[in-house]
Amino acid sequence: MPLGSLLPEIALLLGAVAIVLLASFAPRHRQVWAAALALATLLVAGVTTLAQWETPAELVFSGVWALDGMAIAAKLLMLCSAAAVVTLSPDWMYRDPRHGEYYALCLFSLLGAIMMASAHDAMELVVGVLLSSAASYPLAAYHRGFTPALEAAMKYFLIGALANALLTIGVVILFGLVGDTDYVRTAQVFQAGTDSIALSVAVACIIVGLTYKLGAVPAHAWMPDVAQAAPAPIAAFLTVVPKIGAAAALTRFVMLLSDTLMWPGVVALISAATMTLGNLAALAQTDLRRLLGWSSVSQSGYMLMAIVVAGSGGNALPALLAFLAAYALANLLAFAIVTHLRGRTDIEHYHGLAYGQPLITAALIVALLSLVGIPPLIGFFGKFLLFEVTIEAGYTWLAVAAAINTLISLYYYLRVIAVTVFKEPRGEVHVLGRWSGVTLFITLALLVVISLGFEAVLDALEPIALAAP
Amino acid sequence: MILTLAWCLPLLGALLLAFLPRWTERNARAFATLIAALSLLVLIGAWFGFDPDGPLFQHVWEVPWVPSIGVAYRVGVDGIALAVVTMSALIFVAAIAYPLDTREDSQQTQVHQYYGWMLFLMATSLAVFMVLDLLLFYVFFDLSLVGMYFLIGRWGHGRPQLSALTFFLFTFAGSLALLLAIIGLYLSLDSPSFDMRLLIEQQPLAGGGLYAGLVFFGLMLGLAIKTPLVPLHTWLPQAHVDAPGPASAILAGVLLKMGTYGMIRLPLAMLPETFERYALIVGLMALVAILYGALVALGQRNLKRRIAYTSINHMGYTVLGIAIAASFSDNLMAKQLALTGATVEMVAHGLITGGLFLICGSFWYRAGTYDLDSYGGLAQKTPWLAGLTLLLAFASLGMPGLAGFVAEFQIFAGTFAVYPWLAVPAVVGILVTAALFLDMLRRLFFGKLPDSSSEFKELDRIELAVLGVLGLEVVAIGVYPGALLGVIDSASVLLLGGR
Repeated sequence: MPLGSLLPEIALLLGAVAIVLLASFAPRHRQVWAAALALATLLVAGVTTLAQWETPAELVFSGVWALDGMAIAAKLLMLCSAAAVVTLSPDWMYRDPRHGEYYALCLFSLLGAIMMASAHDAMELVVGVLLSSAASYPLAAYHRGFTPALEAAMKYFLIGALANALLTIGVVILFGLVGDTDYVRTAQVFQAGTDSIALSVAVACIIVGLTYKLGAVPAHAWMPDVAQAAPAPIAAFLTVVPKIGAAAALTRFVMLLSDTLMWPGVVALISAATMTLGNLAALAQTDLRRLLGWSSVSQSGYMLMAIVVAGSGGNALPALLAFLAAYALANLLAFAIVTHLRGRTDIEHYHGLAYGQPLITAALIVALLSLVGIPPLIGFFGKFLLFEVTIEAGYTWLAVAAAINTLISLYYYLRVIAVTVFKEPRGEVHVLGRWSGVTLFITLALLVVISLGFEAVLDALEPIALAAP
Repeated sequence: MILTLAWCLPLLGALLLAFLPRWTERNARAFATLIAALSLLVLIGAWFGFDPDGPLFQHVWEVPWVPSIGVAYRVGVDGIALAVVTMSALIFVAAIAYPLDTREDSQQTQVHQYYGWMLFLMATSLAVFMVLDLLLFYVFFDLSLVGMYFLIGRWGHGRPQLSALTFFLFTFAGSLALLLAIIGLYLSLDSPSFDMRLLIEQQPLAGGGLYAGLVFFGLMLGLAIKTPLVPLHTWLPQAHVDAPGPASAILAGVLLKMGTYGMIRLPLAMLPETFERYALIVGLMALVAILYGALVALGQRNLKRRIAYTSINHMGYTVLGIAIAASFSDNLMAKQLALTGATVEMVAHGLITGGLFLICGSFWYRAGTYDLDSYGGLAQKTPWLAGLTLLLAFASLGMPGLAGFVAEFQIFAGTFAVYPWLAVPAVVGILVTAALFLDMLRRLFFGKLPDSSSEFKELDRIELAVLGVLGLEVVAIGVYPGALLGVIDSASVLLLGGR
């Protein structure tokens, strides 16, 4: 029964609708129930996704919906990330009298990202991207009275409109050339190699469209703004979840091109440009959230390394997913800390944090060192696998570029670590609440445990392959 | 097991110090010293269980960690590692027991954390010398940076944060080159694994080519920055000047050895054919380091900076020895001699320069300056300090009967047999070193006592004991090197294929 293959998605949809209804009718002080409902929905979706894990990879619904290791692993990762974001939110949104639909928007955006990861059809990809984007714009602007948030959301929206239009144009051209949006059919046309200029335009449009969700050059500019000004839990959400979906979608799309030699090279250039630009821009930041936003751009560049070599066999897919997991954990932890510290964001306000809040500082140091890739934290393994697959596939220059970039990134991450430990403390440190604290420490514990038991992650990811038609 | 115990003990100690607050400085130091000493004792135990006629690696223990990419927890030592690791543990005990020389009160807070970081650094540094897994080698190589970063940045003086950052960035840059090369090595095996023994045995990149050359370059770049070899040394002097004395002693005595130890363990053992091709270039760079280090040291007015530059000079001797051992030559005897000499130089330099940096710490603690011109005539006032400095300085300049001589003699004997024309200018380095140390002693201890030094105190009991032990060790190696040489020789002979 193919409908069973969509159980997690259906659960998310129903849950989101239920939350909208609840939020519409529940009194103000009950709005927080929506969070519990969202968590329950995520739990159901997670369990049903886990149940899919053992099933063999296949394409369902006439081949437009991929149910393979890549999709399921990405889905699980996104569900867990969303759960972390939801648990961070009640404390943060406490001041907002009516915020129940906030959780519904989160679920819708998540659903869109999940569609991106599973789409095996260009049209469906567009639907996923649009659903994810449309639900994210209001989330970024959720604090209506906070001008920077509105500005960030506006930037997010404008760049999104442009990128989504490009994506759609690309898909339309593709449809015109292929006569179908289905990936199976598209792959056949790509292999035949007819009318390469029009195809190249289509491919270019689609890749650029996806870089928007990935936060990669050239459509990356929204990420630092959103990371800085959106509600902190949403900043965590938008720097992690759509990225995972987009990485999976882009991998799927690039794999169709595996026989044409030019495209991996183009993606490799995007990768190098993204990590370099993200890192150089992060160097100058004096605002932690903005710095994390730029670092998140640079991390997209690393992700693209695996996508470049995805077509050349090897372990590119497990490497990509392991890196995504590592990035998601560390980035969520960093934003959880920002949230727990009531959104304090100026680096100056982190001076001497180690004296007042040693545990939180330790968590921050762990998160940042994991983002750099200092062993034995999970970020190191993620980067290590990326280096390995890129060198193995002959893209040594890209690995060297990534290593140099890692060095640059060390500079700004260390700058944050340095002020928390070396500077004199400033005033008292206020924290948000119990929920955010618990989330913070669970994420920290997960990061440490997974770092030490990395073998389990590799074991789980090892058989991952894309579903073949 | 015994090796694991040696590095896990300090790690546990570090955790205790970090998570049990309310330590007074005194208790924290006593506790840390005790832990470090226990770890040293364990290593001495390993020394007794070591059979020089046995296989290359002994006390081996292996536990799988991430088997799907061939990573396992593997430890084991050969004679070279055993000598270096035991010396390192001794330096750590000395540095931890030695009084901390910060004078700025604002940074005196939470000194128990200083000892926590010190123990953490000890755990990671000892592990670097004992692991037999390339990836773990990299892991501990990097983790030791984290420890040193906090020690310099938080408890240093001058502009400690800048120095700590420079230190971290430079070494991390090197370690990334190292990582890429390690991945290259790893991928060259038929069934990829990080087992060093496997790599040494299979020699996957034998025969060379561009690929082997790139891997060699990556490895050497990373290790040369750590060593540091001129012109990659620029991070070192400032890091030393701004670090507290005990941290400097660790930096010079232990961390720099990771570079040269790595050269022996990785390129020399795993890529001997490629190293052979580039041995002359490495030897020439070592010669530059020797002469440059000595000459620049001679020009310094700052006590600590001067000793820091002599480190560059002495590490140059070590690299020279390694290059000779790797060189293309039929004279196996000379190569073994050079390799043994390089290892003894590591041990000797660790003890001597470690001691000298501790003395620098004592000077800073008493007078708050490293400027040589502000001292003088202290021989009368502080005879013990003068005597011990004299001993270590003479050992450093290669006086026969002391540890430095044993090392330098072997290195130069080996060099002379292989590249005689390289040995001659290198010996000039010794001459300059002699000049700079004698000049330093003259300025510190002889001449007129300046007024500012009227309150200058003699070494206290702890300082005296620590420096005394180091001095005794230096004399012991100089007078009876046989015990040390036997163990190291066993590894040199096996590594260079003599048995």
